[in-house]
Amino acid sequence: MLAAARPIDCDVHPWLPGTAALHPYLDPFWRDQVVERGIGSLDTQSWPVLSPKSIRADWRDAKGRGADRVELLRAQSLDRLGTDTAILNCLAGVQIQLNQDMAVAFARAVNDWIRAEWLDRDPRLRASIILPMQNIEAAVAEIERLAPDPRFVQVLVLVMGENPLGKRTHWPIFEACVRHRLPLGVHAGSAYRHPQTSVGWTSWYLEEYAANQQAFQSTLASLITEGAFTKFPELRVVFLESGVSWLPSFLWRLSKTWKGVRFEVPWVDRSPFEIVREQLRLTVQPFDVPTEMVPRLLDQLRGERMLLWASDWPHWQYEGDAALPPGLPEALLPRILRENALETYPRLLQGAMV
Amino acid sequence: MNVIQPIQVPGKPATATLGLLDVDIHPRPKSLEEFRPFLTDRWWQHMLTWGMRQRHGFTGGSPPFPKAQPLASRRDSWPPNGGTPCSDLDFMRFQLLDNYGHDIGVLNPLQPSGQGDRNNAFSAAMAHAVNEWQLEQWLRKEPRLRGSIVVPYEDPIASAAEIRKRAGDPNFVQVLMMSRTAEPAGNPRYWPIYEAAVEAGLPVAFHAFGYSGWAMTNGGWPSFYIEEVSEHATSCQNQVISLVVEGVLERFPALKIILIECGFAWLPSVAWRLDTHWKHLKSEVPHLKRAPSEQIRQHIWVSTQPMEEPERGQHILDIFDWVGWDRILFASDYPHWDFDDAREAIPGIIPKERRAAIYGGNARALYGL
Repeated sequence: MLAAARPIDCDVHPWLPGTAALHPYLDPFWRDQVVERGIGSLDTQSWPVLSPKSIRADWRDAKGRGADRVELLRAQSLDRLGTDTAILNCLAGVQIQLNQDMAVAFARAVNDWIRAEWLDRDPRLRASIILPMQNIEAAVAEIERLAPDPRFVQVLVLVMGENPLGKRTHWPIFEACVRHRLPLGVHAGSAYRHPQTSVGWTSWYLEEYAANQQAFQSTLASLITEGAFTKFPELRVVFLESGVSWLPSFLWRLSKTWKGVRFEVPWVDRSPFEIVREQLRLTVQPFDVPTEMVPRLLDQLRGERMLLWASDWPHWQYEGDAALPPGLPEALLPRILRENALETYPRLLQGAMV
Repeated sequence: MNVIQPIQVPGKPATATLGLLDVDIHPRPKSLEEFRPFLTDRWWQHMLTWGMRQRHGFTGGSPPFPKAQPLASRRDSWPPNGGTPCSDLDFMRFQLLDNYGHDIGVLNPLQPSGQGDRNNAFSAAMAHAVNEWQLEQWLRKEPRLRGSIVVPYEDPIASAAEIRKRAGDPNFVQVLMMSRTAEPAGNPRYWPIYEAAVEAGLPVAFHAFGYSGWAMTNGGWPSFYIEEVSEHATSCQNQVISLVVEGVLERFPALKIILIECGFAWLPSVAWRLDTHWKHLKSEVPHLKRAPSEQIRQHIWVSTQPMEEPERGQHILDIFDWVGWDRILFASDYPHWDFDDAREAIPGIIPKERRAAIYGGNARALYGL
């Protein structure tokens, strides 16, 4: 049923097996550093490889790893679901690096690894440009370096960075996004500059995973109140793996507070509802709402154009091939599965895909 | 401009109109001198020299995010005879209790209360003083008022002792914590507080605010007061998640948690998220036997001010359905700027008997009043 809609999967995760895979894409200095200093894995606590959430059990190899070759993506997801196009969002620990030179080198290498070992091997694939947020100039340079390749359709940052995303220091990135018609993808996960909660470090991974929901709220509040959406009306922001159901109540609260203290942020000249419906998109995997509540939640959201389908492969969000969250109304599916993605990612139409 | 006009119902005293039980009133001392009788010389001198030392950079009670107006208070709440908002019992009676016909009002003293102070011993001394001050200045003078046991929550052992000292005193109806603790509230280090509260038969209220010492978002420090206000919801979400996932609500089956000034329309989505992902992560948390949403529904109460405002009014009914109509308590937040007028705050689309429960019935059942 999915295949008939020619679905566009807006969130799949190629798993970087380790820095050895990056050797061909690092310059001699960094290749030497990686080898001599024994820098092996770039896995992060946001996705511990053996956590049941990180890779679905039937998608793991004997060592418990997976998702590190394009063949696996084909066999486990693209071919099974009949995916027309899938967007790769690599979550390797680049933004977590404390040495900004290393971050820049790793970001370039990961992006080149994605291009050579994934994009070049399957015409259905597109990718996000991983940004080294440790250095904004370098992040912009990385966008400029890769923008000529139309298969890069988005830039990617983590929802928990060093500073809230809307801050003015980040605006050169937004400018580059608009220049190249690249949406700003914001994915669950942390650079570990701060605890996962505003009240300190969590004891359990379940709490940590849940806390992405708060991070998306804070990030959206920052993008709105700093005026980033106002300054860049063409900027599209895509929240990836956010859970979605937090959004209506968040907007109800923020817009009420905005009415009370808008004098503090006079550049926010439209209601947050209006801004968000125009400039924010969200992937629907996971979709944190019980099936029977979906219609009421969608009625609150009124986001017919905002929702994008994603499988979130290889993260464990569904069983078998039931990659579409249950409860979504039939009439919305063409939009969610394909049309909204084409509207969101103008570069999808620029590449080979038609 | 606010116009002060008492509720007029012919043939009925004002106090009988709404059956109001207001769970959020913020008394202040006119000056720190009011605490003097309840502090030892040692801590009195400490306070005069060092003042409150919160987990942020400013001294003298200045907040890191300047408020929208002085002391975040209604412009008309400064008492005509001097002093700060809600520091004068007579004026508070006139402007709040008599004006709206409160049956009962619950005091939640905020700073200067010593809560969350970097110095635990001082925080404990202040908690004792603030509780004595509530009794002396407010509770013994006005039968409509009830107090909250202020605890030095970063020292849970001292907090438990303060709770046990007040247990059985009908003047106190709950234990008060701030929502931004230095570690997530479910962390086992805070369990002595919950144990003592359950033993005393008292709910534990988390009131929005406080300074954890960590950035106000998990992605760093925001810029604006509007963000700080918005982040009260996220920090309370973190606390609910922590209380569930650490197993506090299963460990203390009689524990009642009240979220004050945290909003609540977000509570269903937090419960759904935990339910969804708990299913996949059960192996990590075998101590959790019951679905998070069930635990939340059973143990958590919320208060109305500030109540989220949907674009379409009727959507608030979805939220009330999901949170539970018996779990919602009326709060005015007097004397703060975002004060809710009891006559206007509860949307008219809510049926009469359910409004009555929100105005007072739910809180009476919760507190046993």
